[in-house]
Amino acid sequence: MSNRRAIAAATALVLSAAAPAAAQTLTVGLGSEPSALDPHYHNLGPNNAMARHLFDTLILQDERQRLTPGLALSWKPLDDTTWEFKLRPNVKFHDGTAFAASDVAFTLKRAPDVPRSPASFGIYIKPITGVEIVDPLTIRFKTAAPYPLLPNDISTVAIVSQKHGENATTEDYNSCKAAVGTGPYKCVERVAGDRVVMARNDAYWGGAQPWQRVVFKPIKSAPTRVAALLAGDVDLIDDAPTADIERLKKDARLSVVQGVSNRVIYLHLDSDRAESPGIADKQGNPLKANPFKDPKVRKALSKAINRPAIVDRVMEGVAIPAGQLLPDGFFGVSSKLRVEPFDPEGARKLLAEAGYPNGFRVTLATPNDRYINDEKIAQAIAQMLTRIGIETKVDAMPGAVYFGRASKLEFSLMLVGWGSGTGEASSPLKSLLASFDQAKGMGAANRGRYSNPQMDRLLERALATVDDKGREALLQQATEVAIGDLGIVPLHFQVNTWAMKKAVKYDARTDEATLATGIKRAN
Amino acid sequence: MLAVVIRRSMQSVVVLAAMSVLVFLGVYVVGNPIDILISPDADQAERARAIAALGLDRPAHEQYLVFLGGALVGDLGRSFVHNMPALKLILERMPATIELALAAMALAIAIGIPLGLWAGLRPNTASGRAIMAGSILGFSLPTFWVGLMLIMVFAVMLGWLPATGRGPTATYFGITTSLFTLKGWAHIAMPAFNLALFKMALVIRLSRAGVREVLPMDYIKFARAKGLSARRVLWVHVFKNILIPVVTVLGLELGNVIAFSVVTETVFAWPGMGKLIIDSINLLDRPVVVAYVLVVTAMFVVLNLTVDLLYSLLDPRVRLAEVKA
Repeated sequence: MSNRRAIAAATALVLSAAAPAAAQTLTVGLGSEPSALDPHYHNLGPNNAMARHLFDTLILQDERQRLTPGLALSWKPLDDTTWEFKLRPNVKFHDGTAFAASDVAFTLKRAPDVPRSPASFGIYIKPITGVEIVDPLTIRFKTAAPYPLLPNDISTVAIVSQKHGENATTEDYNSCKAAVGTGPYKCVERVAGDRVVMARNDAYWGGAQPWQRVVFKPIKSAPTRVAALLAGDVDLIDDAPTADIERLKKDARLSVVQGVSNRVIYLHLDSDRAESPGIADKQGNPLKANPFKDPKVRKALSKAINRPAIVDRVMEGVAIPAGQLLPDGFFGVSSKLRVEPFDPEGARKLLAEAGYPNGFRVTLATPNDRYINDEKIAQAIAQMLTRIGIETKVDAMPGAVYFGRASKLEFSLMLVGWGSGTGEASSPLKSLLASFDQAKGMGAANRGRYSNPQMDRLLERALATVDDKGREALLQQATEVAIGDLGIVPLHFQVNTWAMKKAVKYDARTDEATLATGIKRAN
Repeated sequence: MLAVVIRRSMQSVVVLAAMSVLVFLGVYVVGNPIDILISPDADQAERARAIAALGLDRPAHEQYLVFLGGALVGDLGRSFVHNMPALKLILERMPATIELALAAMALAIAIGIPLGLWAGLRPNTASGRAIMAGSILGFSLPTFWVGLMLIMVFAVMLGWLPATGRGPTATYFGITTSLFTLKGWAHIAMPAFNLALFKMALVIRLSRAGVREVLPMDYIKFARAKGLSARRVLWVHVFKNILIPVVTVLGLELGNVIAFSVVTETVFAWPGMGKLIIDSINLLDRPVVVAYVLVVTAMFVVLNLTVDLLYSLLDPRVRLAEVKA
């Protein structure tokens, strides 16, 4: 063989090897960028989703947030305050060291205690007062009080390797040095603002993944994200803007996947203070009494809102009208609660009965960069409320300003969203609707300061009931009480949209996460 | 000259101190980052822990003093979001932005000056008018729209260029840049052109105006009368004189391009400082915002000084001692 032919043959070989390698790479365009690869540094959606690739949790959440075995094969309460977890045997970290109970114990020590963490996992781990390693594959957790949510809470905590995690800083994880987990992908490289690159873990206990390499590219600007998909630079994008969805659906090269999320968009109203800052009479004089203290006024407000119209016009069909805290199919959802029907006549009648036949003025505060179409929803609601006599002005602001002011109770009526991280009803009940109580850690996000002792009791009992059936019934009752009082006014459940090339497919997830493990080859 | 440099440095320390107070208080007043950073599920105790962990539990003036103490030894604080030294975060992103800014400036000069000269020498021809009309477009089309149009045409419809991001980098002579790779050029072409468009229009107008102003001057007539070739008159007598305003403006614009290429970087998902600053503002990541403004201020001070020094080289009539501001 002459020299030249040898080179040609070699080139051909290289090329033929390169072609499938390219198809082995999956490129994902993300709407939001994780702030770190350290799985315990910042307890926030994008970070947790990214961590799922590199690390496993004891218990995994499937695409409907149901609990499935992860690094734990099984778990059960031994008594009211002890849980026993049986760990999966023969699991190896990316560097080949074996996974054992000591890594779990180390994780529970590290996770609540990362220096300068702006949002720690302490909230999920705090109730665990003691850890006992029975043997390398059995671990027991002691709690001070019955703690039925332990499996849900522990399912959020990524298990890290003790060998690499000891003394590792957040930066060590970001540089991939310490990011050695048991997950389906290995950390290759992270360039902040540009990409995170991962390679397949061939020794993964759950079976090897279809992609050799995964590249995540944060592309925050929505039109650019869509353009990157259209240009073929990325295989899949999340958070496709509602205005583009129709067009993406019509494109023969693309497909669109939609799924309801665990996020409810709702109105929170000040149902506590005698006088509320954003409320005035029709002449603009501050109102002496706070009308939202009256359940009738809250009911009127709820009746005045045409939810199907908002879903149809503002959300372009990409949402589901809501009558409670979580969509159907989640743990703790009540079958008795219905979406409030649109009834402006009834609303006016209720207002008159409550002593406001001519209505009043109110300011509706809303973020304009946080939820899908948030400001537009607020505008639509303002028009609907104005029609029944509650003259409503919208005050829209960036989330950076909005949430701080909302927590300082500067608003009387506000538009907010809540996603249930644990995938069941106690999360919103505990944070949004329980009476604000610093000592008990209840109602931390209850910005309307709704309070009903009956609902507090039901919730407290639910949180101490280990039996699933009994707990679900109590959560349903608590939801019925809180929604019956209109402690918050649910509007709709957000539906998330992923768009992708025809060559791949994705199972929509309720927790809004975009996971490469869920992206498969179509056909 | 040394005296000028020293005096300028002293002035800039005052400017930097004033900027740090303004920006620090500005971001402090806008709001508390804890409400955006914290996990929604957090209870009151976790909230208090996070506030303390970031040092936000102290009164504003104390927080400022802590910052100032660090700043004096070169530590501009740690990012609330990334838990990294703010300065390191900014410097990490700086090469991408500088590379984009230089590419944009090179484009603006390489295209803008010849077109401006042409339009100045032949103001009444169709081509001269077309150039001027085009420069108005360059001024008035919004950057984000042009950026998206570029992506639609060259990435989506024609498929010639990648839609977003920075290309792979390579290192030669201790410099790491994507300009050393072919893919890097493909990635930078659109964002650089998009960023250059406005500057290009500016350069065209400045050089045209300069040419129109210089041509009727006596010394040009004299040079021609002396029998110098048209080429020599153009490049030695006209060109050198129109450069003065062009250099001044471009010097300042270079600062602008580096510091505020936010829109272009966002549209093209370019991993530079502009994207960092807009994200940091959205998350009220105060250490990064303050450090960024200080870095940018320092950069402007240096640029202004450089422009002044260049000035004296281009125009011997300008003595450095006169330049005080």
